Amino acid sequence: MNTNSNSYTIIYASVMVIIVAFVLAFISSSLKDRQDTNVRLDKMKQVLSSLNVSADELRDPEQAYQKYVQADQIIDMNGNVVSERGGFDIESKKIDNQLPLYVCNVNGETKYIAPLYGAGLWGPIWGYVSFNSDKKTVYGTYFSHEGETPGLGAEITTEKFQSQFAGKLLQENGKVKLSVVKNGKVQDSACEVDGISGGTITSKGVDAMLQNCLGKYANFFNK
Amino acid sequence: MELFSKKNKETFLTPLGLNNPVSVQVLGICSALAVTSKLEPALVMGLSVTIIVALANVVISLLRKTIPNRIRIIVQLVVVATLVTIVSQVLKAFAYDVSVQLSVYVGLIITNCILMGRLEAFAMQNGPWESFLDGVGSGLGYALILVIVGFFRELLGSGTLLNFRVIPECAYEYGYLNNGLMVLPPMALIIMACIIWYQRSKNPDLQEKNN
Repeated sequence: MNTNSNSYTIIYASVMVIIVAFVLAFISSSLKDRQDTNVRLDKMKQVLSSLNVSADELRDPEQAYQKYVQADQIIDMNGNVVSERGGFDIESKKIDNQLPLYVCNVNGETKYIAPLYGAGLWGPIWGYVSFNSDKKTVYGTYFSHEGETPGLGAEITTEKFQSQFAGKLLQENGKVKLSVVKNGKVQDSACEVDGISGGTITSKGVDAMLQNCLGKYANFFNK
Repeated sequence: MELFSKKNKETFLTPLGLNNPVSVQVLGICSALAVTSKLEPALVMGLSVTIIVALANVVISLLRKTIPNRIRIIVQLVVVATLVTIVSQVLKAFAYDVSVQLSVYVGLIITNCILMGRLEAFAMQNGPWESFLDGVGSGLGYALILVIVGFFRELLGSGTLLNFRVIPECAYEYGYLNNGLMVLPPMALIIMACIIWYQRSKNPDLQEKNN
């Protein structure tokens, strides 16, 4: 057979594309349920990580989530609770006027968790910040990223970076105080956190993300 | 036909040394710079490329007699992209943590020059079994260089290996400092050049003749 003729080439390409399309569509739809479950469990893990829940408990995220999180509220821009449930289903990157707020119970104390979403150097970065019931002090944080540079910007996922936030001042009169500054340039240690040396743009991204996302909660903070 | 004939062994082993895809053929340099600032991503990337090159080589080798010459590069690209997408979907469903770690690297595999290089240079002319060996060999050869570069960059740049602290804390108290330059991309090129330099000085066959 002449594999160089025009008609053979066109038919070959068409058949190939159709087969590939079917294979990919089939695989994607048959794995969709499992993938969605994994994404859900992973989100639970991320939320709980900001509460400093131990890795042992995180092995069963579903159960740990039931144990710690009492409500995934939706609040509006005025800080009023719109719904007791449903905050979990709002994707962090699509947060607009409806703000998710997790109300949690850790050893009898109430903690709140707010989601964060912003831009790093190469792609999106996101995280969760948990704070005490006085709405003023940070309890714990969790940050993650899609593709920051390993060894530099990607260090925001490390315990070393995240543990700096605990106990810092979150906000004052609704103005977000918590910030990330250039490594070694901390002046007010009550609310400033050391950035990552060599990961300046990612650190700035974390700072901007804290300002933007937590800024929307201003009315809730003042309540 | 013998499965492990002398020629097949050669097909498998030369990419690890004398015909290394990175240090001799100078393919796949771009990704070698991007993923080697830590040892772990280097390992993961090396392993994923090995699997994908081997599979793609086999598929192309099976199809090689039917592929129209004028669109062969497109066919190769479609096969690679399909395989990469399938692997990433399966990982997302069955090993979510691994897929999160791989995130961007999976996409990088499609653009890896080693894949196209091996498909075009080897799989189009050889049978499936030889192509499989060639794919595994080339992938491992690539992984080897990545791991060497990643080893030095993580050790000297962060003082850790696979995120375990290797250089003790007390060394820092006596004034030892991590070399920040190691984590930046230029250092990957310099280490790569040192590897090529070393390899060529040991193997006169690889040196260009001065006329």
